[in-house]
Amino acid sequence: MSDSQVIVHGAEKAGHHEHPSYQRHHFETTAQQFDATNFAMWIFLLTEIMFFGGLFMAYLIFRNWYYPAFVEGSHQLSMFWGTMNTTVLIVSSFTMAMGVWCAEKKLKNGLVWSLILTFLLGLGFLGIKSIEWTEKVEKHHVPGFHYSIQAFTNPASDPEVYKEYHDNPLPPDMAAHTQVYFFLYFAMTGMHALHMVIGVGILAVMIFLARAGAYTNGHFTFVENFGLYWHFVDIIWIFLYPLLYLISRHT
Amino acid sequence: MSEPHAHDNAAAHGEDEHHIVSWRVYLAIVLILLAATGTTAAVSYVDLGIFNAVVALAIGVTKATLVVLFFMHVKYSTKLTKLTVASGIFTFLVLIGMTLADYITRAWGNW
Repeated sequence: MSDSQVIVHGAEKAGHHEHPSYQRHHFETTAQQFDATNFAMWIFLLTEIMFFGGLFMAYLIFRNWYYPAFVEGSHQLSMFWGTMNTTVLIVSSFTMAMGVWCAEKKLKNGLVWSLILTFLLGLGFLGIKSIEWTEKVEKHHVPGFHYSIQAFTNPASDPEVYKEYHDNPLPPDMAAHTQVYFFLYFAMTGMHALHMVIGVGILAVMIFLARAGAYTNGHFTFVENFGLYWHFVDIIWIFLYPLLYLISRHT
Repeated sequence: MSEPHAHDNAAAHGEDEHHIVSWRVYLAIVLILLAATGTTAAVSYVDLGIFNAVVALAIGVTKATLVVLFFMHVKYSTKLTKLTVASGIFTFLVLIGMTLADYITRAWGNW
């Protein structure tokens, strides 16, 4: 709706005090209340863009500096799991969007089931992520004390990756810089996963409230704004997927 | 907008004048997003040199734009929301652009 419509609507309503119980008294209309809350959510998401932006910036600069290390580090990631997780997250964004639609249409069962599906897909994403992280731990590719550069100084020692990429051995100093790649890999996917954990936790509460009739009484602002959060987390992954998994496959 | 929105708004209710995006739009968008994911994964198996990164990021930007416009309803939002989102992306690009300009030009003239 346009701003002018809101003003006209407000003028029409001024003078009497009948409004839904969820409209707070300092707002002229529920539409104005919705827009104000929606605006606040977007401001929060802008701070999130800046936060993840710093990580993306670090990734771009270090990839330029230690290019061979980033290429061979990237070859350790699984295309299958990465693509699978992208798919899972996109479908979860769709089920979340359907949840918003059901809330707007006051369809209680539809909302509950949309939230449950989104919740399960979110857990599925985290499950796949944990499979990938476990492999990194087992191969000593977590930066720190037990880090192993063997797969990079002697790529043939890692036959599964070697048969796909035929990487050349890296000199020990460049091989050590693969730790920077994995540091950023864990920082970026870890911060993303933390956002997923928070989202899944909020979804669990929303499922119970929705079953009790919340959000389908015309007051769906919370579902709409949580949807914005969930889609934002999806967008972060939409960029992590090409940067971490795709762009270093040929070089 | 003075006239009502064309699609799926007949039964609009709750939060006053709120625009409801049709489930058909969501379904179309998710199918495009899944197709784009398949495309970008498939393209990564072809050696395009520097264009592997260009294509992957272009597809990523396209997917993100679709999510912002339709799943996040920016296409149907108030001018305030549109301006907020645009200024956020603009600021982000300025920060990225100026930082990269610094790092890329540091060695200029030193070889």
